Amino acid sequence: MMRGNTIALVIATAILPTVLLARSVLPAPTPLKDPTAFASIADPAKRSVALFGEMGKVIQSPRCLNCHPRSDRPNQGEAMLPHNPPVIRGANGHGAAGLECATCHGTANVTFANGTGSMPGAPEWQLAPLSMAWEGKSLGAICVQIKDRARNGGKSLADLVDHNGKDALVGWGWHPGLGRTPAPGTQAQFGALTKAWVDSGAKCPA
Amino acid sequence: MATEFTLNGAAARFDGDPDTPLLWVLRDHLQLTGTKYGCGIAQCGACTVHLDGKNRRSCVTPIASVAGRSVTTIEGATGKTAEAVKAAWVAIDVPQCGFCQSGQVMSAIGLLAAKPNPTDADIDHGMAGNICRCATYVRIRQAIKDAAKHVETAA
Repeated sequence: MMRGNTIALVIATAILPTVLLARSVLPAPTPLKDPTAFASIADPAKRSVALFGEMGKVIQSPRCLNCHPRSDRPNQGEAMLPHNPPVIRGANGHGAAGLECATCHGTANVTFANGTGSMPGAPEWQLAPLSMAWEGKSLGAICVQIKDRARNGGKSLADLVDHNGKDALVGWGWHPGLGRTPAPGTQAQFGALTKAWVDSGAKCPA
Repeated sequence: MATEFTLNGAAARFDGDPDTPLLWVLRDHLQLTGTKYGCGIAQCGACTVHLDGKNRRSCVTPIASVAGRSVTTIEGATGKTAEAVKAAWVAIDVPQCGFCQSGQVMSAIGLLAAKPNPTDADIDHGMAGNICRCATYVRIRQAIKDAAKHVETAA
């Protein structure tokens, strides 16, 4: 029994720096402006660009960006470091055979028994397809990509409003569990910003 | 309310905190100590069991989430793939200290169930979440290949 405990301690000690690193740099949640804050911009195109800039605070937050990687491996944590263990997207974005996302991630967050953090989880937990990769791209490039039905899963602009405002996996970003900073604002604000952006012409930053 | 589930083919129940990790229930309440505690945060794979036939880390699995579902531990791993994996493990003496091995074996069975003839890359990806401090990875890979070949030949 003592031998087992010793080995468990060795394993825990080996991975502890990763856990501490993730927890030591946890920033505070940031606010998000409502669409009304942009009403004073008379030019609809300029207002639209400004609205997408505000949406970008969510889109480029670690909660969203980590699972929209440019490679086949997601990132994790506030520092957006490569996911550990080294998982891959697999054939359908649900991981490799034998090490699927669902091997660890369930339908809800699970706080670790030792209280140091949590295993994130949500319904339909999966990696975004490569066509939706955002990592390393400018906000303008992401904007064009999000509007492109060939790369956004066939969504219309109206679908995007619904997706951003109501989708459960998107919504996880504001309820990420112990050890993660939520995405800025609320999902309702993000949905309202998306609607205002669409209503103003869905213009993209340069 | 007690959580009722199937464990190694038999009815099982746990009457306690629904947030209790499955690993705690297996080891502390049901005395099935073949499943190991390594890290408690799903970073090492020592606690791997099968949930409805798929690999699952029991340390991050609240017991409430297995209600009505089927859990298999190393003690209950049976069938031609499981038997082939266990035989292959013994044949080439895969374990060194052995602490991680029940998790390795369960992950290997889960991998072969999904990928009966895995390539080196399939094995690397599928077993990437199972750490072995003795670095028996080369023998683990060989045993998985041997087991796959045995199952294929016997079919």
